[in-house]
Amino acid sequence: MNYLWAFLVGGALCLAGQLLIDLTPLTPARILTGYVAAGVVLSAVGLYGPLADWAGAGASVPLLGFGHLLAKGVQQAVDEQGLVGAFTGGLTAAAGGVAASLVFAILAALLGRSKDQN
Amino acid sequence: MKLDPQSYARMVRRAAPPSALGRDCAWAFAVGGCICLLGEAMRRAYALRFAPDLAGTLTSITLIGLAAAATVPGWYQKLAARAGAGTLVPSTGFANSVASAAIEFKAEGWVTGVGAHIFQIAGPVIAYGTLASWVWGLLYWAMSRGG
Repeated sequence: MNYLWAFLVGGALCLAGQLLIDLTPLTPARILTGYVAAGVVLSAVGLYGPLADWAGAGASVPLLGFGHLLAKGVQQAVDEQGLVGAFTGGLTAAAGGVAASLVFAILAALLGRSKDQN
Repeated sequence: MKLDPQSYARMVRRAAPPSALGRDCAWAFAVGGCICLLGEAMRRAYALRFAPDLAGTLTSITLIGLAAAATVPGWYQKLAARAGAGTLVPSTGFANSVASAAIEFKAEGWVTGVGAHIFQIAGPVIAYGTLASWVWGLLYWAMSRGG
């Protein structure tokens, strides 16, 4: 059952992004940035947590989930360390994904060759 | 014939295939849903051995690795041409944008090429994500003190 919700929720979040691409002049970089910031806000007001419990990777894989991860991390760090947690919590929680993106990108650059984009 | 931008845009809209939006959305929904489904399967497999948070981190690292690997031969870009936001919005799209910038600017050197341009899209995402989470951290701190 959870698999179905992962598919439906993940698909719906992507469909919303497609509507932004087709119907607004927003560029992909702005959409990605907006999704992450929106994820932080949705998590902060308490909406994204229940969605993530319910849809699993359907909520955590889209970039909104990255924002949720940042917000959750900050919250946990503030609970444990006080105000300094506002600085440390977000990137600590996101470290795995960010480091993986950078490391694998450099490895990809070692292996790949740039070709003309069509 | 004289055209102002508005009427030209109207003509373009009328000449474009009417189902483009529907087709784009169907592709985005199906491909985005499948990537999330794959993520869910991984998350459950990891959760058998690891704590939930760690399983989530491992899932995103695996998805990011797969996306970077699919970027090297250009497969991810091929899928993205069809799937649009279906491949952009998942974290694999973030990984693809970082990896393709790295590959693209390899010719300009490892430091000022790869190293600098790797943050072309990752930079704004990380910067504003961090800013938003910092603001929330501040609010959350104030709320938890003030009650």
